[in-house]
Amino acid sequence: MTVHAFTDPVFDAQKVFRAAMNVLSRPGTLVPLEADVRPPAPLSLEIAALALAFADHETPIWLDAALTSVSYVGEYLKFHTGAPITPHPVEAAFALVSEPALCPSLTSFTAGTADYPDRSTTIFVQTDTLRSSRSFTLRGPGISGTAALRADPLPPAFPREWAANRALFPRGVDMLFAADGWIAGLPRSTELSEA
Amino acid sequence: MYVAVKGGEAAIANAHRLLDHERRGDPSVPELSIAQIREQMTLLVDRVMTEGSLYDPDLAALALKQARGDIIEAVFLVRAFRTTLPRFGYSQPMDTDAMFAMRRISAIYKDLPGGQVLGPTFDYTHRLIDFNLAANGEPPTPKESDSALAGMPHVTGLLDQEGLIEREPGAEEGSPVGDLTRDPLDFPAGRDLRLQALARGDEGFILALGYSTQRGFGRTHPFTGEIRVGEVEIEYVPEELGFAVLLGDVVLTECEMINQFKGSASAPPQFTRGYGLAFGRGERKAMAMALVDRALRARELGEDIKAPAQDEEFVLAHCDNLQSTGFVEHLKLPHYVDFQAELELVRRMRAAHAENRMDDEALEAAE
Amino acid sequence: MNETATASGYNFAYLDEQTKRMIRRAILKAIAIPGYQVPFASREMPMPYGWGTGGVQVTAAVLGPDDTLKVIDQGSDDTTNAVSIRKFFERTAGVKTTTKTTDASVIQTRHRVPEEKLRADQILVYQVPIPEPLRFLEPRETETRQLHALAEYGLMHVKLYEDIARHGRIATTYAYPVEVAGRYVMDPSPVPKFDNPKIGDCAALQLYGAGREKRIYAVPPHTKVKSLDFEDHPFRVQTFREPCALCAAEDVYLDEVVLDDRGGRMFVCSDTDYCEQRRTDGHRGKMLGKVPLGGEAA
Repeated sequence: MTVHAFTDPVFDAQKVFRAAMNVLSRPGTLVPLEADVRPPAPLSLEIAALALAFADHETPIWLDAALTSVSYVGEYLKFHTGAPITPHPVEAAFALVSEPALCPSLTSFTAGTADYPDRSTTIFVQTDTLRSSRSFTLRGPGISGTAALRADPLPPAFPREWAANRALFPRGVDMLFAADGWIAGLPRSTELSEA
Repeated sequence: MYVAVKGGEAAIANAHRLLDHERRGDPSVPELSIAQIREQMTLLVDRVMTEGSLYDPDLAALALKQARGDIIEAVFLVRAFRTTLPRFGYSQPMDTDAMFAMRRISAIYKDLPGGQVLGPTFDYTHRLIDFNLAANGEPPTPKESDSALAGMPHVTGLLDQEGLIEREPGAEEGSPVGDLTRDPLDFPAGRDLRLQALARGDEGFILALGYSTQRGFGRTHPFTGEIRVGEVEIEYVPEELGFAVLLGDVVLTECEMINQFKGSASAPPQFTRGYGLAFGRGERKAMAMALVDRALRARELGEDIKAPAQDEEFVLAHCDNLQSTGFVEHLKLPHYVDFQAELELVRRMRAAHAENRMDDEALEAAE
Repeated sequence: MNETATASGYNFAYLDEQTKRMIRRAILKAIAIPGYQVPFASREMPMPYGWGTGGVQVTAAVLGPDDTLKVIDQGSDDTTNAVSIRKFFERTAGVKTTTKTTDASVIQTRHRVPEEKLRADQILVYQVPIPEPLRFLEPRETETRQLHALAEYGLMHVKLYEDIARHGRIATTYAYPVEVAGRYVMDPSPVPKFDNPKIGDCAALQLYGAGREKRIYAVPPHTKVKSLDFEDHPFRVQTFREPCALCAAEDVYLDEVVLDDRGGRMFVCSDTDYCEQRRTDGHRGKMLGKVPLGGEAA
């Protein structure tokens, strides 16, 4: 079994982009991710597809400890995207998290500035499931009434961490969660509460 | 009689066919070749290359042919082509000291190392229409120099030896150079981005701004330190080789203006610089660019910013002729939805106005 | 790399993949920060600035082979610039195109929001000439950026209030400023203020592209969008005294058509697809049948 990037770089990237755009436009909604990639473990198919679709030499990538421990992962990403790998989460345009429970505090990433809130980190998180029985209620732009986030596991102290991130608005980080070929989005504009 | 506007596709296709027809002109007159344009309309080709920011004389000549000689339209064609080209990397900085110059003049020294070389110039010609040209007069062969051109150090370098001129500002070895075609322009912009914008900028606009600084709108007391025109080598270091290889020569025009500066609390009185560079033979552009470059350094040098040429946002946001022409000419596009909104408002306001007047008159009559 | 091309020598939808990635990243940020103008490295396009280069770049970055594209200008599919942009994507992306709002998955527009209610599986891409709502109050980018950072929008309220003082009403009829999700003041592009209510709580994602000014912004679906107003002068849309002369539609935006030089006028739907659909459905305006319809005859 050999690793490979998109078999069809133009259309695979477009499909992954549309899925990511859809989930960020509609927080909590699950959208399937269709892309033919085979990344080196422990990098998941979904996170690899997102990185391949969005990263290039202009966007430093930060990898969590589990992804850093296997040098193939960094090499695969560098080779296929040209993106530099940074050890500093605050420099990252994209952060790839394979073990949510060990994810550093959201404040370790960059939230942008008041002038340029767009210069912030987008975090791709691999979870076990997006259909957990444990659910959070979402409110905000992109949501008619309320929506739900059922990703599990989440980074530590998540409701509190996210509330702090939301309070920075328009600064803040944005997150995409992935599991089993599906993704869900959580932009900084979303308010999250325990259901 | 109202006819719902339809058939736009056919109208556009027909208009474009007519355009092609008009471009060709009278078919009994021989068609222009690309080589003719490239060789005989050289200054026009050079200008299209400069403002199109792509050094390719044949492509610029073709663009001019396709654009019926309209400079901005030709620049547009070149830029739209340029933007699709893959980028392999960046060349080494060009060494204009090593230029093989066909022209080199200084206005601040009577003679200098390397000498004054007048070269091919319109300067000192009498602008009399030459009716011999209408009869296809072949020009006489130019005289060849019997002495080879020696090295030509930059005039600013000579001043630098005495410490009379500031060191080249903002040019740190190895620091990355911005590219406004790849990153959105952000203010305040560095000098690298300003120079790039000016180099691509419309010659007429830059010329007028440069002129305005001479008339008191942001005076900089300029002297032409040096203008040089000639061939310069381009070198590139491929990643896999690790050493420079020669890609070829390009013709450049470089102008260095030398300006007075009173000095400040931290800097002693000394001369300052303005820099201009154009592809091909673009002396007017390079000089005007150097004037505006110096004017735009007002903030850096602690001068009051009062004039348009000193105002970075004003200059950089308006110097690009594609942006200007696109937005001015977009007024040709239909605006009837917005106009309808205004029409309705004006009618309503006029009705209210008439009503008020009648009320006032009724009041007056009652009094 | 296998970059699929329809027009020879160019990538799918004209833009190279690196450019699309850069635009896509800007779109994600724009969605996450509703109403905030994300700077992007707008490319030189083969059509002039001011003629839709921003909308075209956004559409090119969004478009996939399964999309169906509709392009309108002033509400109409048949205005010359709409035709030209539609042709551009037929040539460079080979996508299906349509004039029917309901059949489109991506709609690029200049100056109108379609009358038909948009769905969640549709994307509306606006062409924007001047994205900065404060630009005509403060010409400097460095200043307006500060004002947005501080959410300092007093200038805009002063301007609108001056209108009321002078004219007795707010005299802005198009490009009427809105507040998005309670934070950023945004220019909805020069749509008539009649269209403003359709921008809020819309099921479709709305993307705005300004090529010359190098900005992308967005209104996510179901987002609160409030047209700025005052308690004593609430926001009101334009109303028309008569229905469409061809399809009898009311509560739509109408174009005024001058019939002769003796003051003859008629009012017809600005949204041509909406008007045609209504006539197909049997609605009859008072002038229908009295005037030849050039397009349908042709």
